[in-house]
Amino acid sequence: MAPASSEGTYPDDLRYHEEHDWARIEGDQATLGITWYAQDSLGEVVFFDPPEVGATVQKDSSYAEVESVKAVSDVIAPLSGEIVEVNDALQDNPEKVNEDPYGDGWLVKVRLTSPEEAETLLGVQEYRKMLDR
Amino acid sequence: MTTAAARRTPLFEQHQELGAKIVPFAGWEMPVQYEGIREEHSAVRRHVGMFDVSHMGEVEVEGPGALAFLQRVLSNDVAKVAIGGAQYSCLCQEDGGVLDDLFAYRLGGDRYLIVTNAANHESDLAWLGRQSREFDVIVRDVADRYAMLAVQGPHARAVLGSALGIELPPRFHVAHAQVGRRPALVCGTGYTGEDGVELLIDPEVAAPIWAELLDAGVVPCGLGARDTLRLEVCFPLHGNELSPERNPIEAGLGWCCKEETGFVGSEAIARARAEGAAETLVAFEIADKGIAREGNPVLHDGAEVGVVTSGTFSPSLELGAGMAYVSAELAEIGTEIEIDVRGKRRPARIASKPLYAKRS
Repeated sequence: MAPASSEGTYPDDLRYHEEHDWARIEGDQATLGITWYAQDSLGEVVFFDPPEVGATVQKDSSYAEVESVKAVSDVIAPLSGEIVEVNDALQDNPEKVNEDPYGDGWLVKVRLTSPEEAETLLGVQEYRKMLDR
Repeated sequence: MTTAAARRTPLFEQHQELGAKIVPFAGWEMPVQYEGIREEHSAVRRHVGMFDVSHMGEVEVEGPGALAFLQRVLSNDVAKVAIGGAQYSCLCQEDGGVLDDLFAYRLGGDRYLIVTNAANHESDLAWLGRQSREFDVIVRDVADRYAMLAVQGPHARAVLGSALGIELPPRFHVAHAQVGRRPALVCGTGYTGEDGVELLIDPEVAAPIWAELLDAGVVPCGLGARDTLRLEVCFPLHGNELSPERNPIEAGLGWCCKEETGFVGSEAIARARAEGAAETLVAFEIADKGIAREGNPVLHDGAEVGVVTSGTFSPSLELGAGMAYVSAELAEIGTEIEIDVRGKRRPARIASKPLYAKRS
């Protein structure tokens, strides 16, 4: 069997959380989403239930739900912060989470309240290693 | 129940080769999807798909007392089934609770085959064995003799006719045929709301037949699409809509209960029919966003009035839909309800059955 990480794509410039979430950190803000592995496990995403702008999210806690035809999955925050934007385009086109999980399929943007948490996240090599275990 | 390793159908390797996502189901390792549930779903609605349903059980009932015995254990009027006919029934316990729902096929004068749900096969066998003692009949577990393929969709008949060169029986009939040069049964039944057949074939030829149908363009479909397809046409699933705690009247299956035949459970069901059920099975659609799931509470004016038995995203309707038991007085089509989806109240309305109807 080929290693699990060889199937999907995992950009180098992102930080990863064990629960298959990614963060793109830019200054005191971060864009969050789910990884290729997460969307592949879930199957075709048919609904994203976003949090409200202004809500606070806690690292390692669920802040939203994504649903496939068959299942619902909690989305875990890789970092703590306050929601400043949600990806409204997913309301009509939730399949973007599958098609482009790191681009048009982003979920929310947060203002980080504990930027130092980023150090606990995984780099791409560590995340790939975790998938292959 | 044994805790033996999960069983595999004769097509397990084919599913793996196709990259299916495999899940445990009723003690079996089954494909839940290949390319994706929506694609598979729409292949069956528009063209033709095939499902490996070899996990389902088969029981043969044979002997001079076969009809009398089946009349005793099955809810429908089995005497109405001619040789080559098929009929849907509930298997009920004394209090009317549903042990299983199944098709009975009449293969000969004194010979019938019933197809059980995988999860209930062993308990059905035990129940049938006990009930058969006072009848001149043999009840045989023949599940190992058959692989089962459901080939479903508007093009199913055309594709099967040319790929396998077999005569197809009309709906609700069964025919003997040769498939892969082995004896097979071709049943004009299915669980999708589309035309099609279910093939009961020799497990030895399951792999070549599967390959032949793949070559003919039949789309492999998993249990995920099987569930969305059946739910859109409001076919009940035992373990969700049907259970020993519910009788067929509540489930809207009064039409397949003929109490005058005196079957096990008929007295309780006659009472339930006369008195009317307190709760009844309805179809619902979520009004806006959200997908209700099994177990979600149903609310009306803020009070809990029922529970979702099956909920999914409907690929044909492109919205959350499903079935639920609700208080009978609220069962009217169009009634506004709310469904508590993990703490969020989603407006919904009671919809007519089936949720999806073919445009002809």
